[in-house]
Amino acid sequence: MTAALTESSTTTAPTTGATVQLNSVVKTFAGQTALNSIDLEVAPGELVALLGPSGCGKTTALRSISGLESIDSGRILIDGENVAETPTNKRDIGMVFQAYSLFPHMTVLENVEFGLKMRKVAPARRRERALETLDMVGLTKYRERFAHQLSGGQQQRVALARALVTRPRVLLLDEPLSALDAKVRVQLREEIRRIQTELGITTVFVTHDQEEALAVADRVAVMRDGRIEQIGTPEQLYATPTNAFVADFVGLSNRMPAELIDGQVHLHGCTLTLLGGPMPDGPVLALVRPEDIALATAGIAGTVISSSFLGSLRRTRVRLNDGAVVAVQHEVERRPLPGDVVTVQLKGAPVSALPSEQKK
Amino acid sequence: MSLATESAPEHDGVELTARHDPRVALAKSSNRRRRLAYAGLTPFAAYVLIFLALPTILAVVTGFFSDDGSLTFDNVTGLFTPTILATFGSSFWLSGVSAVIGSVVGALICYAMLGTRVGGVLRTIIESAASVLAQFGGVMLAFAFIATIGVQGLVTVILRDTFGVDIFADGVWLYQVPGLILPYVYFQVPLMVITFLPALTALRPQWAEANATLGGTRFAYWRYIAGPVLAPAFLGSLLLLFANAFSSFATAAALISQGSQIVPLQIRAALVSETVLGRENMAGALALGMIVVMVVVMWAYSVLQSRTSRWQR
Amino acid sequence: MSANVAAPVPPVETVSTRAKPANQAVRIGAEPSALTRRLILGIIGAIFLIPVIAMIEFTFRNGLAGDYTVGHWTGLFSEDSARTYRGLYQAIGNSLVLAAVTVGIVLVLLLPTMVLVHMQFPRLKRTLEFICIIPITVPAIVLVVGLAPIYSVVVQVLGGSTWTLAFAYGITVLPYAYRAIQSNLDAIPVTTLSEAASTLGAGWLTVLWTILLPNLRRGVLAASFISIAVVLGEFTIASLLNRRNLQTALLQVSQSDPWVAVIFALFALALAFVLLLIIGRLGSATPSRRKS
Repeated sequence: MTAALTESSTTTAPTTGATVQLNSVVKTFAGQTALNSIDLEVAPGELVALLGPSGCGKTTALRSISGLESIDSGRILIDGENVAETPTNKRDIGMVFQAYSLFPHMTVLENVEFGLKMRKVAPARRRERALETLDMVGLTKYRERFAHQLSGGQQQRVALARALVTRPRVLLLDEPLSALDAKVRVQLREEIRRIQTELGITTVFVTHDQEEALAVADRVAVMRDGRIEQIGTPEQLYATPTNAFVADFVGLSNRMPAELIDGQVHLHGCTLTLLGGPMPDGPVLALVRPEDIALATAGIAGTVISSSFLGSLRRTRVRLNDGAVVAVQHEVERRPLPGDVVTVQLKGAPVSALPSEQKK
Repeated sequence: MSLATESAPEHDGVELTARHDPRVALAKSSNRRRRLAYAGLTPFAAYVLIFLALPTILAVVTGFFSDDGSLTFDNVTGLFTPTILATFGSSFWLSGVSAVIGSVVGALICYAMLGTRVGGVLRTIIESAASVLAQFGGVMLAFAFIATIGVQGLVTVILRDTFGVDIFADGVWLYQVPGLILPYVYFQVPLMVITFLPALTALRPQWAEANATLGGTRFAYWRYIAGPVLAPAFLGSLLLLFANAFSSFATAAALISQGSQIVPLQIRAALVSETVLGRENMAGALALGMIVVMVVVMWAYSVLQSRTSRWQR
Repeated sequence: MSANVAAPVPPVETVSTRAKPANQAVRIGAEPSALTRRLILGIIGAIFLIPVIAMIEFTFRNGLAGDYTVGHWTGLFSEDSARTYRGLYQAIGNSLVLAAVTVGIVLVLLLPTMVLVHMQFPRLKRTLEFICIIPITVPAIVLVVGLAPIYSVVVQVLGGSTWTLAFAYGITVLPYAYRAIQSNLDAIPVTTLSEAASTLGAGWLTVLWTILLPNLRRGVLAASFISIAVVLGEFTIASLLNRRNLQTALLQVSQSDPWVAVIFALFALALAFVLLLIIGRLGSATPSRRKS
């Protein structure tokens, strides 16, 4: 089942990660369907992010894998074994919660040792292994501190070490960074990714922050209303969203009124390929990414409303002559001021579209 | 002529004297406001001084004087006579036993309430019942227990007639110190519920969940996590219960009309009867003794409380 | 939906359904099972009801005759009852007056002081809290030893009637009243509200009257009700200072007519229960702030 813990194997050698499968998993809460027949497969050593707005079911899905939520029907397979009836403490998983999960009366080291203690590992052995794992997250010198003496980022690193010390076959992360400051968030997500890759642990990561999901995951599953709308690599989701919800949720997009004729999007004199499934011809709202529009010398005329400096690029909001307001992404050297008259041009990338009457 | 070395403040080109300087005016008005605010504290301060500080001091100090007004330590040393020591002993025993029983039963109730909805029907009823019964002391409680397990009490009669058990076969114990245990437990348990429930509900669900994901059983959760985290709060509540029982007077007074088996009754005897061991100011010495015990217990309680709140952050 | 899943998902052969979803919180030990909960609360609740039931049963007993009667209850409303129980009714009146004056002390002395400290003297908050906790360490039985000389002065100044006991009662209810009002004060952002109001032009009196006090209704009501409950149940000070209140009168009456004594004890208990039930509902009626 699990890699033997009592052997003194090199701890940083990747374990053969387990496969995780959800088959037609359904879960309802008091009449509301939280999971609407979810199918998901995670390959060994892969990090899949579950991304979506609150209420979409991503946390429920994660907690079903851990056993902290029971499911109404379907199967949950870890390494091919159906664990739906197995209690949480026998599933051999590691879980990191959003906050408050460290045991307050135990030192950092005792917290990290806890999983090994539950497996009846001898005190000397478990101390050694706990220190190794604590070292992986860089907190060895905090081992005698208590949770309330640590910052949020440090607490989450301890929580990570605690979850990993038993080298579980699956690692589950429930919005582990949402309660942290922006800067700490970026640092910690990279650390999590690094450790996960080194250990080769199959990981499921829940977040509502699309930037986080795209930065960290091998594949991202975008969820809405208890269903997976699309699952794919970050590049696939960004460049070829299969429907408008995904296109809207992942990255920014401008909505521009356009005409769909013969399966092609006609917009401001350009003909663009339609992404996603076929749609009936007629008026549509095209979803165009800010980086697919450029400030040009010739094109559609418009007036600048505002411009934001974002460090490595600028995003300028322009009111076009037909009334639509679009965000244009461009190099920082150009500094449009409110009221400037500019021309924008579509770069010709494929776009998704929403039927025109439907407001999302 | 301004004495300041810096140039005098100007407003619209006109030099300002101190009287018109807005900075000075502001400082003055806020000073006045400050003084007014301090004055606002005096009524309460006076009240507490007269009706709390003064009586406490008087109570303690009378123990150091004898009837004729001379300073003496006789009363205080009188605390260490066998009779009085036995009285303190009974008080400790009664308070300890009722505190232990009360805290265990109360903790069980709190445990049973885990997971009930805050503000829900069950919770509200239990919390209200607890507040009421915690205050239900003294005379009314004595009545209740006489009616229950008095010589003609309901339970006494049922046990005797239906089960053939005579609980007073070896003598009527209700009107002595052992008989106080049941009524005391009756108001100790609700007090425990009131003081311990916040600690129990402050247990974070993430801890139980983390324990489960780390492979721990339910028993492991309570043994290694919930138990240790709750221990300071439990002990603190236990101490509070002890203090509560130790300082209780009314119930004992109502059940034991004559006699001074516990310290509060001893104080009654000293105040009411003409002579107690020939020393009226004994009451003051007894009061001093009680305060010492209470201070120690409450100090320990506050230490445990600060431990608890540290982890509840 | 799952268009991008690499391997085709095999058809599900068995559908595992649960007749009743297991409560996961119970499984991981965070909560007791419904059965455990009912057992514990049921048994302990039943035990605690026994004395109350015994009291009720007692009031229907026909002396030592062994049978039952409603005579004791109906006797309360008979014509000569007013005469027979006049002392008792007077004592009840005393207790009600005492309760009213004590609540008055809480509202007029304690409440303004607490608000003042909260707004103007935050550093005194711990001192105030300490003062209000002292009555737990210095219980009534100890306090009364020192109250006797003080009350001899009070009697000279204000006369010997019972209502002056309220001064002492104001002290005994301090811990409860303080806690009730303070938890309300802590729940409302006093500084933010008063700063916002003053930037909008309100003077401190307006802030107090129109902004703070309406938000303190819950704490003030709770403090008042609990003070009433405590005062109605107070025996020690009244007894040792030789005054008549509800409890001392009950004790006295119980010697000649125990049934009526128990009847009134039941009334007092019911009243306290209603009062504290209302406090409980007040506490839950206020919408709790959602943590973001």
